[in-house]
Amino acid sequence: MGSYEVLEAVSLADCALAIEGASLADLFETAARALAELMVDPDTIAPRVQRAVALEAPSLDLLLYDWLAELIFLKDSEQFIVTQAEVDVEVATPCRLHAQCVGGVIDRGRTVLRADPKAVTFHQFTVEPRDAGWHARVVIDI
Amino acid sequence: MTMNLPVTMKVLPVGDCIWEIPPSEKAGMLVPARLYASEALLSAMDAGVFEQVTNVACLPGIVRAALCMPDGHWGYGFPIGGVAAFRADAGVISPGGIGFDINCGMRVLRTTLTEDEVRPRLRALVDALFAAVPAGVGARGFLHLEAPAFRKVMVEGAGWVVRHGYGRPEDLEATEGGGCMPGADPGAVSDRAIRRGMDQLGTLGSGNHYLEIQVVPSDGVHEPDVARAFGITGPGQVLVMLHCGSRGFGHQVGTDYLRRFDEAMPRYGITVRDRELACAPFRSPEGQAYFGAMTAAANTAFANRQLITHCVREAMARVFERPAEALGLDVIYDVCHNTAKVERHVVDGESMELVVHRKGATRAFGPGAPDVPAAYRHLGQPVIIGGSMETGSALLVGTAHAMEETFGSTAHGAGRTMSRAQAKRRVRGETLIQEMSARGIVVRAASPSGVAEEAGFAYKSLDDVVDTLHRLDLSRRVVSLRPIGNIKG
Repeated sequence: MGSYEVLEAVSLADCALAIEGASLADLFETAARALAELMVDPDTIAPRVQRAVALEAPSLDLLLYDWLAELIFLKDSEQFIVTQAEVDVEVATPCRLHAQCVGGVIDRGRTVLRADPKAVTFHQFTVEPRDAGWHARVVIDI
Repeated sequence: MTMNLPVTMKVLPVGDCIWEIPPSEKAGMLVPARLYASEALLSAMDAGVFEQVTNVACLPGIVRAALCMPDGHWGYGFPIGGVAAFRADAGVISPGGIGFDINCGMRVLRTTLTEDEVRPRLRALVDALFAAVPAGVGARGFLHLEAPAFRKVMVEGAGWVVRHGYGRPEDLEATEGGGCMPGADPGAVSDRAIRRGMDQLGTLGSGNHYLEIQVVPSDGVHEPDVARAFGITGPGQVLVMLHCGSRGFGHQVGTDYLRRFDEAMPRYGITVRDRELACAPFRSPEGQAYFGAMTAAANTAFANRQLITHCVREAMARVFERPAEALGLDVIYDVCHNTAKVERHVVDGESMELVVHRKGATRAFGPGAPDVPAAYRHLGQPVIIGGSMETGSALLVGTAHAMEETFGSTAHGAGRTMSRAQAKRRVRGETLIQEMSARGIVVRAASPSGVAEEAGFAYKSLDDVVDTLHRLDLSRRVVSLRPIGNIKG
C-alpha cells in the first residue's frame, strides 16, 4: 500500500501532497485515499455504495489530475466521498483509467468533516517513476 | 539591504515600503516585480512569493509591473495578493491569476444594534446563523434551481436573487458592479460545472471563509467622516461580515479552463514558468470563452453572497424578534478579491484597455470613479479587509494614488505565515473554540480542525498590513472591527 505526506512548506493556504505508490495503480489509489482523508474522517462514511469511474486523458499526469478532479466533483455534485478505490491504469494514447470505487454520501449528523477542496492545481504538479515505484506531487486548493 | 530574505534574486528598495525585483533577475521577465510591504512584512514573505511574482512578470502582454500586496503569500500560479494587468489587445488571461474560487469576496452589513444589545443573545444568534447558512464539506443551500434558472443567475448575478424576493434593491447599488459583471456566457460553461454548483447557492464553504458578527471597538473609528458615510455611527455598533465565493460552480469553471488552456498554449506559442499560469490570448476563442465562463461564475458568487445576506436577515429577525429592516442590516459594500476585469488605466501616459487580474487582491478605486456607488463616489470605494477569526478585520477606502500605482488595487486580508498542518499541531480546534469563547468570541464550525487551521497565530498582523496600505496611500484606514461571533465551514 502506498503512502503520502503533506508538504508544509509549499503553498501555505493550500494542501501540497507528496504521494508514493509501488505501482501506478497504487499511486492512483493512494491519491484517492489522501484526498478522502483531507475531506473527511473516512471511518465516518458508511461505505454502502459501489460505483465505477472511467477516464481518458492525453497523458499520464493529466489522467491523475482528472482522477482527483473527478473525486472532488463527486463530493460537490452528489456529496459522495470515495473512501477506497481499486484502479487500473493503462499507459497508452490516450491514457485510460478504470476504477471500482467504494464510498458513501456525507451524513452531516455522523461524518466528521475536514477541509473542502476546491480544485487540483498544476502548481509544482508532477507524476514520475521513482526508485522502483511511482511518485506524484499535487497541490490541492483549499 | 540587511534583511534575510528566502531568495537569491535582488530585491531593491525603490521607495518607502516599495521593493522591486528588476527584469534582469530572471530570464523571461518582461517587466519588474514590485512588492508593497514594510520591512517586517517583506521578511515574513515565503520563498514562493518572490518566485511566483517574477513568474507573473514573464507573462505575455503584462504592463508596468507584476505586483504583490502586503498580505502576499505563496499561492499557486500568482502569489496570493497578486495583481497584474495585461493589454486587452495583445495580452493574456490566466485562470491561475484569478484563482479557482472566482469572485471570492467580502460583504459587510451594518446594523442598528450595539454590542450591549447583542451580547445577551450572542450564543443564540451564532446558533441561528449556523443553522441558516450551511457551511462545510457537502453543504447544500435551501434554493433548489434547475439548470435554466441557474443560467439566469449566471447572467444576472445578485439582481436575480433580489428580483426573486431575497434582498433589497439597494443591496445591488452597494455591490461592486451592481452585483453583475457584464459579459457572462452560460454557453461557455460545462454541464459539470452546473451540476457541481447548482445546489450550493447560499452556502459558505470552508477554509478561510466565514460569517462573522463584529463590533466597532472604542478606538476603532479612524476617519469619522468616511465612517459616517458608511453608516457607522461609532464604537459599540455591531456589523455582520461574510467572506465566500462562487463555490463548486466557480471551482469547476477554473478546473475546466485550466485543463483547456494547458492544451491550448502550444498553439499560441506560449510557455510559462509554472504550469498553473496556463493562459491564452485574451482575444482568442479560448480566452473569450474563459472570460465568459469566469464572469458567469463571478455573478453566481454575487448571487451567493446576496442569498446568504437574506438568510442572515431572516435569522437575525427571529433572534431579536424584530423585522430585519428594524435591525438595519443594510449592505455597506460587497467587493471581489479574485477576478479579472476589463478596465481602462493610464500606463506611461497612455490610456489603455487592460485585463486586470486580482488574486487575493481587492479593487480599491479612488474618489470620482464612476463604478463607485453614488453615496461613496466623492470619498472613494469602500474596501473590506478580512483578518483572522481571532484578531479582527478592517474597512478602508480607495485612493487616487492606488489608481496610479496599483491599477486601483489593494490587499485583501492578513495573509498566512504558517501551513494548515502546522497550525493544527499547535492547537486543537475544540481547544481554540473554548479559548475564544473565554475571550468573548463565540464560534460554531462544521469542522473543528478547520478552526485550528484558521487560528490567529497562522496569520500576519492585520494591523501591519493595514498600516502599510495606509502609509503607501493604496487605501486609507477608516474603521477597525473585532469579532464577537464566528461561523465557519
